[in-house]
Amino acid sequence: MSKVDLAQFHKAFHEESLDGLDAMEQALLALDEGAEDPELINVVFRAAHSIKGGAATFGFNDVAAFTHVAENLMDEVRSGRRPMEKAVVELLLRSGDIIRDMLSLQMAGQPGATTESQTLLAELSAMVSGGTAAPVAAKAAAPAEAVEGWDIAFRPFDYLLKTGNDPARMFRELEALGPLTTTVDASKLPALADMDPTASYLAYTLRLDAGAKRAAVEGVFDWVDGDCDLAVTPRLAAAPASAPAPVVPVAASAAPRAVREVATSSEASSVRVGIEKIDMLINLVGELVITQAMLTQFDDGVDASQLEMFRHGLAQLGRHTRELQESVMSIRMLPISTVFNRFPRLVRDLAQKLDKKVVLDLRGETTELDKTVLEKIGDPLVHLVRNAIDHGLEGPAKRTAAGKSDTGTLRMEAFHRGGSIVVEVGDDGAGLNRDAIVAKAIQRGIIASGEGMSDDAVAELIFEAGFSTAAATTDLSGRGVGMDVVRRNVMDLGGTVSIRSVYGKGTTFTITLPLTLAIIDGLTAAVGSETYIVPLVSIVESVQVKADAVRSVVGGGELFRFRDEWLPIVRLFDVFGCEGERRAIQDGIVIVVEGEGTRIGLFADELIGQQQAVVKSLEANYRRVVGISGATILADGSVALITDIAGLVRLQARRKAA
Amino acid sequence: MAKILAVDDSASMRSMVAFTLRGAGHDVEEADNGRAALDQAGVHKFDLVLADVNMPVMDGISMVREMRTMAGYSGVPILMLTTESNPEKKMEGKAAGATGWLVKPFDPDQLLATVARVLG
Repeated sequence: MSKVDLAQFHKAFHEESLDGLDAMEQALLALDEGAEDPELINVVFRAAHSIKGGAATFGFNDVAAFTHVAENLMDEVRSGRRPMEKAVVELLLRSGDIIRDMLSLQMAGQPGATTESQTLLAELSAMVSGGTAAPVAAKAAAPAEAVEGWDIAFRPFDYLLKTGNDPARMFRELEALGPLTTTVDASKLPALADMDPTASYLAYTLRLDAGAKRAAVEGVFDWVDGDCDLAVTPRLAAAPASAPAPVVPVAASAAPRAVREVATSSEASSVRVGIEKIDMLINLVGELVITQAMLTQFDDGVDASQLEMFRHGLAQLGRHTRELQESVMSIRMLPISTVFNRFPRLVRDLAQKLDKKVVLDLRGETTELDKTVLEKIGDPLVHLVRNAIDHGLEGPAKRTAAGKSDTGTLRMEAFHRGGSIVVEVGDDGAGLNRDAIVAKAIQRGIIASGEGMSDDAVAELIFEAGFSTAAATTDLSGRGVGMDVVRRNVMDLGGTVSIRSVYGKGTTFTITLPLTLAIIDGLTAAVGSETYIVPLVSIVESVQVKADAVRSVVGGGELFRFRDEWLPIVRLFDVFGCEGERRAIQDGIVIVVEGEGTRIGLFADELIGQQQAVVKSLEANYRRVVGISGATILADGSVALITDIAGLVRLQARRKAA
Repeated sequence: MAKILAVDDSASMRSMVAFTLRGAGHDVEEADNGRAALDQAGVHKFDLVLADVNMPVMDGISMVREMRTMAGYSGVPILMLTTESNPEKKMEGKAAGATGWLVKPFDPDQLLATVARVLG
């Protein structure tokens, strides 16, 4: 048993396998569209090949066995024995999905083989000509020879040393098997002047006095097979063994493997960072050190003559700090292509299923987003894309009738706008039908009538909770999840989603996301001696409320009139158990915020200002606190807590229920 | 202690090889394709090179062929990491100038034994 614990490489193997499967899928899709680049075939082959090799090495035997057959199929294509037909692409695409599932299962310590994988494996095997490749025949066990030693004649060809092999090393290996006598034949050795120091001229006669196995003796020479003359002759024992050697039990190779320690599957995910980003960081830290050294000389105070220099140093420190901050943030940024990559497959499958013709137009794939945002934006995007293909884009016949090309276009684009990232999903389909939406909204009781509503306002209705219901969904885009969930998911990321639709021309959804979740724009509010930060994205308005605009409700709650609705008042000092300076409603300020589609009014003493806050996790340093999403450090060194608006809304709902 | 270059496009395989060899006291550098390996070999003098066969940019067999023409690398042991006992690949590697091979899948013990075998 080796001292090296292979489990430590499992995560890296899993991650790179997923990357390989993604690359494989992209190459297959390109091949499916008729691309004829042999490198694409190589990409698919290499992915399968690497996964198989890694899986076998790291003990994922089910994955290795399955991938082995997929690789064989790919090898037939690569070597030109089989054309890259639709059926092959289809089978390999499905294999990729299965391998992905099997890897997850095996990572979780379960067997990778499932009924599904067995079925597909059978299909793959059936396609690979001659069934599965015959397993490598175990070397035929050499008949046991009753030998007491070996005579070996070994004459290396002159170039043997140039292959990196060395007779001296080989002799040491033989010596490990038993006592060795070496006789050198130097008859071919040329005169010193004619000698090539890298050539070998000697021949050897070796006598091994040990009854080693033939395989062990020949194994020493397996790398030089063809680079030398070799004769291995056994010296038989004088008297034949009187009795057959007792059968030595073969070392129990089938003994159950030592149970691997359950890998503490730390969910701590990793980010791969480009070396140039690291270099940039190191560079900036270097600059910072220089600036710091420069400022140190003012340790004893600054006199008037040095003031200019001191200011210059401070300005430099400020600039470097800002650059360092940006640089550190960029480490969390990954290109959106990591999310976009899954869509060509999704679009292909959906279009096929619905008999529609769709081309996917991906743009701005190198646009970088915060890793956390990337991980969570996938689901909303999938939902939008499913919707667009299912409901937005028409079938070929309908499109032709409408005077459009029979192939619909689905555009996914990411780009920067100001301090935000914009992701758009647009189709050139039928667009939203205003009348149908108004009718449905009235039926669901969301609005009373569509009179006087702008087209945009009508389009916005589809984001209302309860607009799409199970009855309105299909097995494709439905799943009981409405557009309200898409909006909520995006809002959870601190973003917004809007819709633009022209009847007959198409629909575009625009998602606007913050560059990072590590820094938020917030409004600072004072409550007694405490400072709280309210994320700017959640704020609707801040108002002063007169005492007579407040109504008390049975059970202790308070409501106030905001425009045409009554909103509950949440007094921050109440929730967080601190001392507020101002208790009367008209003395303080009410910040109207919206979370999970619900509005509440937060009551604080006063607003201090707006600032960017670097979010520090409270959970990591203390524990989870309801209504608080994190903390930050203010300019004066004190700590301010960042409010979690969705959490406060839920808390308020519970208090109301209680 | 030997200076060893581990060449494989699979990061997990490379780390496994590097980790195992470092544990045995060797000094290990890594490269993720044949081209990168040649670049590294131009900078450092390695005592042993372990190279995968299938790699993007430049495969292991082309790498061996080219490395053998580099100054100081005519007799350096180069082992190919092949999958299964694919005799064609072994012979192809040998024809290109590889010293020997190590068949995947291998475990850390097999790796160390093979490395000990070439380093003598």
